[in-house]
Amino acid sequence: MPKNSNLKVFLNGFINENPTFVLILGMCPTLATTSSAINGLSMGLATTFVLFGSNVVISMLKKIIPDNVRIPAYVVVIATFVSVVQMSMQAYLPALYESLGIFIPLIVVNCIVLGRAEAFAAKNTVFKSALDGLGMGLGFSMALTMLGSIREILGTGKAFGYTLFPDKYGMLIFVLAPGAFIALGYLIALMSKLKKA
Amino acid sequence: MAQLKSSFKNMVLVLSGIALFAATTLASVYEFTKAPIEASKVAKQQHAIKEVLPAFDHLSRPLKIADGNENMVVYKAFDATNQFVGAAVETSSNNGFAGKIVIMVGFDKSGNIVNYSVLEQKETPGLGTRMVEWFKTNKGKQSIIGKNPATTNLTVSKDGGDIDAITASTISSRAFLFTVHNAYKAFTSNKNEVVASINDSIKSNSIQ
Repeated sequence: MPKNSNLKVFLNGFINENPTFVLILGMCPTLATTSSAINGLSMGLATTFVLFGSNVVISMLKKIIPDNVRIPAYVVVIATFVSVVQMSMQAYLPALYESLGIFIPLIVVNCIVLGRAEAFAAKNTVFKSALDGLGMGLGFSMALTMLGSIREILGTGKAFGYTLFPDKYGMLIFVLAPGAFIALGYLIALMSKLKKA
Repeated sequence: MAQLKSSFKNMVLVLSGIALFAATTLASVYEFTKAPIEASKVAKQQHAIKEVLPAFDHLSRPLKIADGNENMVVYKAFDATNQFVGAAVETSSNNGFAGKIVIMVGFDKSGNIVNYSVLEQKETPGLGTRMVEWFKTNKGKQSIIGKNPATTNLTVSKDGGDIDAITASTISSRAFLFTVHNAYKAFTSNKNEVVASINDSIKSNSIQ
C-alpha cells in the first residue's frame, strides 16, 4: 500500500467523496440548518463528533457483530453518540443547542453516518476508520459552512453575524428553503467542475 | 478472529450487550449533565427576570397560575420601600410553528411592556427564531417595547393588529403576540394582590 494512503483516506471526505457535494448525502440537515454560517458550522462539527465516534466503535466491534444484526447494532451505537452530543450541548452550549433544536437528535438518521459505518468502518482498521470519520465529518462541516455563509451573506448581509451590508438589500429567498436549493445547486456544479479540472 | 456467525444466540447476545453498554453510557452522561442543564435553565430564567423588569430591589416568591392549558408564573417586583414596580410573567404557548414557545414578559406598574425574553422555542432557524430580537427592534411597527396591551392591539397587522409580523413567520409571530397578551392578562389580574413581605422574597442582588 502506498505510504500516503492514510492521508488519502483523510482527504477523501473533502473533495473526492465530499458527502454533501459529491455523495449528495444528508440533504435534510444540509438544507435546514444552513440558514446562517455559524449554524452550518456547528451542525457540521456535531456530526463530525458522531461520525468519528461511531466509526471507531463500529470498526472495533466489526468482528463480533453478526452480519444479520449489523444495522440495528450500528444504529444503537450511533444513537448513543448522538444522545451524548445532545446532552452535552444542552448542558454547556445552551444557546447553540436552542438554535439547532430538533436537528441534533436527527443526526441519528443522517445517512452519512450510517453510510460510512456500513461502507467503510465495517471493512477497515480502527485507525483508518477514525481518519475516515474525521475527514468525512470535516468535509461535511466545510460544505455546510460554505452553504451557510453564502445564504447568510446573500440573505441578510451578514457573515458569522457581522454585518457586511444593510439587511434591506438582503434577498430573503436565500434564508428560505428555495435559496438553499439554489445555492446548493451552484456549489455542486462548482465542485464537479473543480474535480474534473 | 473470524466474523461471528449469525446464529440466534450470537445475535441476541451481541445486540443485548451493545444495548446494555449504550444504556450505561447514556445513564452516566445524563447524570453528569443533569446539574449543568438545570443550572443553565435556572440561570437563563433568572437572567431573563432581571432583563425584563425595571430596576427593583426584591421579588415576590413565584406565583403560579393555571389558565386553561397554559401555566403561568408571575414574579412581582418591589423597590427598597416595598412599593410595587412591576412584574415579570413567564408564560408559554403551544401554537408556535414548531412546538412550545416559553417567554418572559416584564411590565411596569402601569402595564407597559418593559422588555421580553424568549426562554424556549423550536421555531425555524433564521425565520421564527428571530422573535428573540424582532419585537424589540424599533423599526416600522415591529416593536412591542413600551406599548401597553390595554391600548395597543397586540396582533399582527395581517389580522388587523398594530404589530408587524416577522417576515415569512406569521405563525410564529401570532403565537408570540398571543403569549404576550396572556402574560398581560395574568399581570392585570394579579398586580393588586398581597404585597410580599421582605422576608419571603428573592433579593435582586442574589440573582446573577
